[in-house]
Amino acid sequence: MPVALFAALLGVMATLLTDGDRNNDPSRLPSPLVGKPAPTISLPAIAENIPGGFTSEDLKGEVTIVNVFASWCIPCLAEHPLITQLAADGVRVYGINHRDQAADAITWLRRHGNPYMAIGFDADARASLEWGVTGVPETFIIDADGTIAYKHTGPITPDILERKILPKLREVAGG
Amino acid sequence: MKQVSACLALMILVLLAGGAPALAVQPDEVLDDPILEARAREISTELRCVVCQNQSIDDSDAEIARDLRLLVRERLVAGDDDEQVVQYIVARYGDFVLLRPPFQPNTLALWLAPPLMAVIIATLAVLFYQTYQRRRLAGGGPEPLSPTDRAELDALVERIASTSPPNPSGARRSQFRAEIEDGLKSSADLDDAEARGDTDGSDGQQRT
Repeated sequence: MPVALFAALLGVMATLLTDGDRNNDPSRLPSPLVGKPAPTISLPAIAENIPGGFTSEDLKGEVTIVNVFASWCIPCLAEHPLITQLAADGVRVYGINHRDQAADAITWLRRHGNPYMAIGFDADARASLEWGVTGVPETFIIDADGTIAYKHTGPITPDILERKILPKLREVAGG
Repeated sequence: MKQVSACLALMILVLLAGGAPALAVQPDEVLDDPILEARAREISTELRCVVCQNQSIDDSDAEIARDLRLLVRERLVAGDDDEQVVQYIVARYGDFVLLRPPFQPNTLALWLAPPLMAVIIATLAVLFYQTYQRRRLAGGGPEPLSPTDRAELDALVERIASTSPPNPSGARRSQFRAEIEDGLKSSADLDDAEARGDTDGSDGQQRT
């Protein structure tokens, strides 16, 4: 009897530890914003020659990815090719430039390419606070109604793109 | 001289009072209204700096902690009450920002597990103690000898006594007997020191 109980306990622990899909990773915080309308923000463009400045209203009408990034953020650079790929595949990608200097952001975009349909310049991170952003990069999927369908914290890797982002995009677009 | 000692006294007083604590809150963040500022400080100590795990935004130097402190003050100035300010931030960052977890369905296990454990352990302790007491009171030692055993013991005592060189008197026999019975008893109940105490004087070899 005690052995059976112990085995059952071990089983439960093993499942909880290994089943990463159930969001049991304590460092992954569920965002309370998922399922809610995207918080109202209104951001200026970084510079005149960079498409940008947008409000929450602009996000409606089509499935959109909102990617929070900064020029000083190395993981953002790591995920940049994947963001670029998504945009090239026809997904609408908006950017929030988080806690950045305009000149740095301009240089960064010139050097690494600008896949964003529009970029909002959020130098003081006030808009990021509205979106519950804790750091960069973070990526939101917004459905056509302007509701946040998914949030990913941290850089997008090819694995996460395959397993999380693309399925969610299909689900939201189909629904 | 008087001035010097006054100076010293003042310095000691400041040291004793702890001086000004090292603050994460920067002077430019502080609100003009001291009452609002006090409320902001109080709210801030209850909110977690989300990137630094177990520090409140009031303690943390992280940028996001500063931003959240400013947000708390912004909401207070806008006229929110304390509860509304906290809800505003919880709506964006989730329950995780609350350093004191709320009592709600998904935190039931968190809140109830410790008292439940205490109850379980207390119950076990009582049961264990009762069993122990019952066993102690039930006999405090081995069952009395059966008639067969007693006859066997008598025969044994008789034999030992008759083979022992110094003339075994009646008194000596009964002493033997007592010792053997005691020995049986104490080997079964080591805790019972009193029973052994009776014979310790007569035999230095008795176990203690």
